[in-house]
Amino acid sequence: MLLELSGVTKHFGGIAAVKDIGFRVTEGSIVALIGPNGAGKTTLFNIITGTVPPEKGSITINGRDMVGLKPFQIASAGITRTFQNLQLFSSMTVLENVMAGAYLRSKKGFIRSLFSFPGNCREEKKIREESLTLLENIGLVETAGLFASELPFGKQRLLEIARALASHPALVLLDEPAAGLNPNETEVLTDYLKKLKRKGTTMILIEHDMQTVMEAADRIVVLNFGQMIAEGTPAEIQANPEVIKAYLGEDEKIA
Amino acid sequence: MGEQLLQLLFTGLTLGSIYSIIALTLVTTFNVTGILNLAQGEFVVIGALLAVSLQGTGMPMIAVFIVSVILVAILGGLLERLTINRARGASSLSMLIITIGLSISLRGLALLIWGTDTYSLPAFSKGGSLLMGGAALNPQSIWIFALVAVTLAGLYGFFEHTFWGKVVKASVYNQTGARLQGINLNTISFLAFVAAGGLGAAAGVSIGPITMVTYDMGFMLGVKGFVAAAIGGLSNVGGAVIGGILLGILESFSSGLISSGLKDAISMIILLGVLLFRPQGIIGAIRERKI
Amino acid sequence: MNLKSHKGLILLLLLLIIPLMVESNYLYGTLVIIGLYAIIVQGLGILMGYAGQVSFGHAAFFGLGGYTAAILTTRFHWPTLLALLASAILPGIIAGLIGRQTLKLRELYLALATLSFGILVHIFFNEGGELTGGPSGMSGIPNLSIGSFEFDSDQKFYILVWFILLMLLIGIYNLVHSRTGRALCSIRESEYAAENAGIDCARLKLQAFIFSALLAGLAGGLYAFYVTFISPSPFSFHTSVQFVLMAVIGGLGTFWGPVIGAAVVVALNELLREIVPLLIPGAGGEYQIIIYGVILVGLMIFQPKGLSSIGQFFRLPLKKEPTTEVKNRG
Repeated sequence: MLLELSGVTKHFGGIAAVKDIGFRVTEGSIVALIGPNGAGKTTLFNIITGTVPPEKGSITINGRDMVGLKPFQIASAGITRTFQNLQLFSSMTVLENVMAGAYLRSKKGFIRSLFSFPGNCREEKKIREESLTLLENIGLVETAGLFASELPFGKQRLLEIARALASHPALVLLDEPAAGLNPNETEVLTDYLKKLKRKGTTMILIEHDMQTVMEAADRIVVLNFGQMIAEGTPAEIQANPEVIKAYLGEDEKIA
Repeated sequence: MGEQLLQLLFTGLTLGSIYSIIALTLVTTFNVTGILNLAQGEFVVIGALLAVSLQGTGMPMIAVFIVSVILVAILGGLLERLTINRARGASSLSMLIITIGLSISLRGLALLIWGTDTYSLPAFSKGGSLLMGGAALNPQSIWIFALVAVTLAGLYGFFEHTFWGKVVKASVYNQTGARLQGINLNTISFLAFVAAGGLGAAAGVSIGPITMVTYDMGFMLGVKGFVAAAIGGLSNVGGAVIGGILLGILESFSSGLISSGLKDAISMIILLGVLLFRPQGIIGAIRERKI
Repeated sequence: MNLKSHKGLILLLLLLIIPLMVESNYLYGTLVIIGLYAIIVQGLGILMGYAGQVSFGHAAFFGLGGYTAAILTTRFHWPTLLALLASAILPGIIAGLIGRQTLKLRELYLALATLSFGILVHIFFNEGGELTGGPSGMSGIPNLSIGSFEFDSDQKFYILVWFILLMLLIGIYNLVHSRTGRALCSIRESEYAAENAGIDCARLKLQAFIFSALLAGLAGGLYAFYVTFISPSPFSFHTSVQFVLMAVIGGLGTFWGPVIGAAVVVALNELLREIVPLLIPGAGGEYQIIIYGVILVGLMIFQPKGLSSIGQFFRLPLKKEPTTEVKNRG
């Protein structure tokens, strides 16, 4: 059991953004979080990563309590994320972005960074190697020297994922990685997600693109108005009348 | 003892009113354009110095007042066109640096034209100090109070009760909507600085009779005006006035009862205090800003 | 270190030897000032250019360093080297105390908070009475000495200051090319993303702030020992603005920016001082002031990236390397 949520609740000024959310994510699986816009999915991500504290509920990673920790501490515990509105380090190069993501992979502090001990150089080399390998796997290595702002949008999305993976996290939260991508790019993305899963990366995916969700996800959690209305395998969800109602109104089937 | 305290109070109120005018001009400019104009103090000083020169030509004070106001208003508009307008879209920090740069240039200009001398202006009305409760109140102070009151009333009337005032208010809340309605935001920004210049000069000419006017007064005036505005929370004009009066009284009492060297320190400590411990007052206002 | 930066530093070393051959005290003096300012602006550059936090009060740390050195040596008779160390450490401690709370502020408010802090400290220098010597300051600061070696000439100080600056440049090069440097840039680009990548932003910003205060304090101490006299006037808001100007002119977030910026501003100062009385007889500092203001405004409007971006030659890029590395990978 990797991540376990239970009873997670948060109100913003009287309105329940998320209410009583509870589900589990097993290691090496992809859980997709779906639901209409405004259902509370990104808020849930914000709660898990510590940006927003929950009012009630518990969040544990491998049994360790995560509630109340600051975002950087939660990252340290192995949870990283990507953002709905890209938050790339635009004036840094693609390689630098990924290396920045690998911050947790080393320990040099401010003072030690001022000196160029052999140990420092070795560490830098290692991080650089790892980052280039990551870029290779995701298909971005030729762009390594470009500034992040110079990449086309689809590749920027991939870059953000690469950055999130750089710290070798236990769990990656992906917030609408396919948003704004054309069908080609979406396919590349979906293939990459499946590849990551095969390698054992655990992910929670917020996504509207149903094809990606059905193909990649092991389990799906459906939110509407901040509450869980369904949880199950893709097949179960597809057939679930509540879900169909929430998305499309009565008498329609998804995909 | 009682008379001394009362005297300090009168001084404080006068000082406070000066800060109030600067503060409310700052707040209005900020609310309308989103720019914190640290050059506002310079507008005050140049207004005062201009008045000194004009007065030297024998013009009657009322004409001096009007002409100074007009000239500095034009200056404000000119500077807006030359700098702020060109930098449209820059971050609020860049804008702040620009106003700092303007403040520096204007100070240099003042030094160039009027040198390091201190000047004085004749009071608006004849007559000596009024004695009240054993303390003296300079009649010029009453003119200053009047200026604050008139400005407040004018701003209130403009924003609440005139068509154009409401147009400006609306465009502050919704830039895109305003543009769609054909409202020119550039013009609004321009006019805001024209007004800032004019109000600054009005303040300058009014305080000329009771303070020694010199070329480098502007900076601290501007900063203290900002402190006053910050006390009241940058979003409202009434708060700015209260902030100004409070600051003036605090300065007067600490200066009179403890040490005069601490005068400037008080406002700095207050500013730090507000920024560090009650930033909601300012930041809340900032979040609402759309421009 | 890569070739480009090697080139730059070697060039600098060569340039630095020239004054030793010319032997002009005026040149030495000017270079000492440029060097001291460059040290301060390097620190400010890490804070502003890398961490993205602005400070309009750095003259305060400069002054605190200077006064610490002055007071410790003249009033408490500390050995000069120890006093120099203290002149760096004390501003660092103060920065540590006020930094936590202050750095929570964004941009504009941080600028204003540092502005008021700077003014407050300046007032303290002026009103410090017995302790600081008030407006007339303190004199009689002994020469800096290490063991029996005394720094009693412009030339010796020139070598000392630029040696320190060179060491600093190497250190900053290392810093920028380390995880810390990348983390600082990350904070500037997107604090949100940086935090989620595991970077303790509050702590790192504070470290950058303390670092910049340490450097400014050190420069202040050196300044005190150089001039052997100290007063409040060099530590005003105007000076703080100058530092920001130097950082911006040189180019924020670039390696050579601070040195270039310091050199340009000081040179400009000297130039104005020479030329202006020639063009306009009887004129003086006013023009300097006006031109400063105009330059500042102009820069923010037209070239917010500074001169360093024009001088891309000296920039240390990571850009070229990955491509060749990529070709070497199977």
